[in-house]
Amino acid sequence: MPLLSVNNLEVVFPLRTGLVTAIKDVSFDLEQGERIGIVGESGAGKSVSAFAILNLISKPGYLAAGSILFNGRDLASLGEEEMRQIRGNEISMIFQDPMMTLNPVLTIGTQMEETILAHKNMSRQEARKISVAKLKAVQIPSTETRLTQYPHELSGGMRQRVVIAIALLSDPAIIIADEPTTALDVTIQAEILELLLNLCNDFDVGLILITHDLGVVSEVTQRILVMYAGRIIEQGPTHQVIARPMHPYTQGLLGALPEKTRPGQRLNQIPGVMPTLQEIPAGCPFHNRCNQIQAVCKVDLPILGGTGSRAVACHFPLNR
Amino acid sequence: MTSSTFETRSDLWQRIKSSLVYHSFTHNRTAMASAAVLLIFMLAAVTAPLIAPYDPWDQTQFDIMDSEIPPVGSEGADDRFVLGTDAMGRDMLSTMLYGTGISIAIGIFATILQCLIGVSIGLVAGYFGGRLDSFLMRFADIQLSFTTLMVAIIIIAVFQATAGLKFYNDFAIIVIVLVIGIAEWPQYARTVRACVLAEKKKEYVDAARVIGLKPMTIVYRHILPNTFSPLLVISTVQAANAIITEAALSFLGLGMPITKPSLGSLIRNGFEFIFSGSWWITAFPALILIVLILAINLLGDWLRDVLNPKLYDK
Repeated sequence: MPLLSVNNLEVVFPLRTGLVTAIKDVSFDLEQGERIGIVGESGAGKSVSAFAILNLISKPGYLAAGSILFNGRDLASLGEEEMRQIRGNEISMIFQDPMMTLNPVLTIGTQMEETILAHKNMSRQEARKISVAKLKAVQIPSTETRLTQYPHELSGGMRQRVVIAIALLSDPAIIIADEPTTALDVTIQAEILELLLNLCNDFDVGLILITHDLGVVSEVTQRILVMYAGRIIEQGPTHQVIARPMHPYTQGLLGALPEKTRPGQRLNQIPGVMPTLQEIPAGCPFHNRCNQIQAVCKVDLPILGGTGSRAVACHFPLNR
Repeated sequence: MTSSTFETRSDLWQRIKSSLVYHSFTHNRTAMASAAVLLIFMLAAVTAPLIAPYDPWDQTQFDIMDSEIPPVGSEGADDRFVLGTDAMGRDMLSTMLYGTGISIAIGIFATILQCLIGVSIGLVAGYFGGRLDSFLMRFADIQLSFTTLMVAIIIIAVFQATAGLKFYNDFAIIVIVLVIGIAEWPQYARTVRACVLAEKKKEYVDAARVIGLKPMTIVYRHILPNTFSPLLVISTVQAANAIITEAALSFLGLGMPITKPSLGSLIRNGFEFIFSGSWWITAFPALILIVLILAINLLGDWLRDVLNPKLYDK
């Protein structure tokens, strides 16, 4: 049985203009210690999926359907107090901007100790010891000094290390990383990714990496889910998906990577923009940007299906 | 253990000394002068029983024969009374020292009370939002539509009439603190609520929820400290306002009794004699009141400038 099993997740936001479905039919499994990546452009539903797993969808949104089985328990049906014990304890989350996720007026030490004390019954001294250990695990030097410092006294990369250390505090089974390197510059990105990868290996932690950067995903993850307009449109082992994409959208994303272009040449791009969630067209949501379009694409919604470890939601998959 | 606590204390002092607020304070003459004036007033008020030549609350210590003696330097002055005496023969200097203490105490305690009520309500309204927020804020609006003075006059007048003047005079300070404290809480509630609305959208609040902290922990440990700067600034304004409100009430005869006068009751007390030439009974307390309020407001202005990050580039 997988550690985390998400089935047919659907999140709905009732707005004045009517119901908006942010994600629909999102299903995936995560094994113990496995690293998966969720890729897609802004608004594809990546972050909503992550928040849905933690039962933290901001109001007025709610979970309309689906189940989230974690260690055999359905997180979707847990009460607030039980859920609080899971958040930050068994499933942690890392956000995009480390400047924003640390409270600017509390010291690093205070924030770390508080996280531990929210879940474990122990003294401040013990909590401090654990904090020091985790800061060492994310390779932060002179940990004792760091604990007394405020977030603004640290550099961006250092802050993200602290955020990762906080996520590791209670030895979670899963870490959800929502664009953990987007706010960092490229050299720091590589360091943080390597750190994340090593930590997941060392502590046998499952990772759900949310990003729009296929380069990042290919370095860290074993499996990849591509999302578009609230649905998973392709999934499979990372190297296979990247080597032989089956969905035209995935192919377009890979083609748009700057490495695929020679200097001086215009970058490849997918024409058009992703439809907003209110005006998703009938049929395949990607049809009006697709270069393989045929009549059936405008009418029938393709269903995610495939053979073996690969799955794709397209009437005319590539590289079959 | 002792050495480590000592170290953290000196660390804290180092932190304060290297902070922007300290730097700005030591480079701002107005702020330093205001703080000095305030400090002197507070010291004088606290040590009044020691430094005052007479005890103005002890009616056996003054003599009606000494009434309306002008301050030293005028004709008919008496060396025993440097700033003259009032109509009851009380030494003005002593009376003002005690009165300043009462005014400052009322200002501080009323502000603390406003702060406690307003901050709690503002935090809850801002964080939980929805109907609770609407209810609490409309309540605040209604409260604000009555002026503080009007609320205070009604409550105190009713209290005086029902409990009796003697009883009122014994508990006047507490009643005034309660009335001003309760009448002005919406100022804090609104400020805090506005801050909370801005803060709760920030990612660190999401992060705190993801960590699994309880809502009350998030509100008090994470959001509240981030609202401190505006709170500090309005606290100075509110303290000054509370002192003025008390003075106004006393001036109307509804504040501190004349046996234990605040600055406001002193001004009122002397106001009856201003046309008979005894200007000092009103003028000195009025001057002290003006300087006190001015010092608090100037300090508040400076604090607002320092704590406003948009003005840092100056």
